Amino acid sequence: MAMRVGIDLVSVDGVRESIREHGARYLERIYTEGELCDCRTDQGIIAERLAARFAAKEATLKVLRPVDEAIPWHTMEVVRHGAGWVDVELSGRAADLAANGGLSDFALSISHEADYASAIVIAELDLRDQRSDPIMNI
Amino acid sequence: MNEEIRQIIAAHGRLSIDVAALAPDADLYHAGMTSHASVNVMLALEDHFDIEFPDRMLKRSVFESIAAIERALVELLSETPVS
Repeated sequence: MAMRVGIDLVSVDGVRESIREHGARYLERIYTEGELCDCRTDQGIIAERLAARFAAKEATLKVLRPVDEAIPWHTMEVVRHGAGWVDVELSGRAADLAANGGLSDFALSISHEADYASAIVIAELDLRDQRSDPIMNI
Repeated sequence: MNEEIRQIIAAHGRLSIDVAALAPDADLYHAGMTSHASVNVMLALEDHFDIEFPDRMLKRSVFESIAAIERALVELLSETPVS
């Protein structure tokens, strides 16, 4: 069994700039309702948490390796469990790409400091399970 | 349009080099634009040109150069109905 790994680093300041300049359009375009809920506190939205989730989406893309294909951000969702750990859940085209590429059992870890947030995604890669993908074969 | 795109990239692309000196087909990601910065560029382009990039265009190749962005904008603006 092979593995594939993706990692990403995001500037928290860049996320703050996006919120300041584009507000709800930025938030709703990139993050799911569940992700936004997990990033809100009584003090408002926490940019560090959003940055970690953006890093998770980019790290997931590095595992999926789409070939010049648009993968909507909402199809890679960071889900937070009660005890605090997180998973990435795929849907739509992201899930199709994973299935067709023989990728399964995605695992995610995220971290953030004041300035930067990072994420790492690992998935099992079964080379015997890779299917013909009509989009990938264009 | 080319100059407007350059101004938006300069304001939102977080490049470490002078945008004015970039060739139209120079790779913006190689010039330092991160994936997250490309989102800010996309949203600023939408504001400026009053368009919306559809899901099918939200991929790396559409935002990888000034020329690629210009091609996408020309396509989107040609689809926008005149009110």
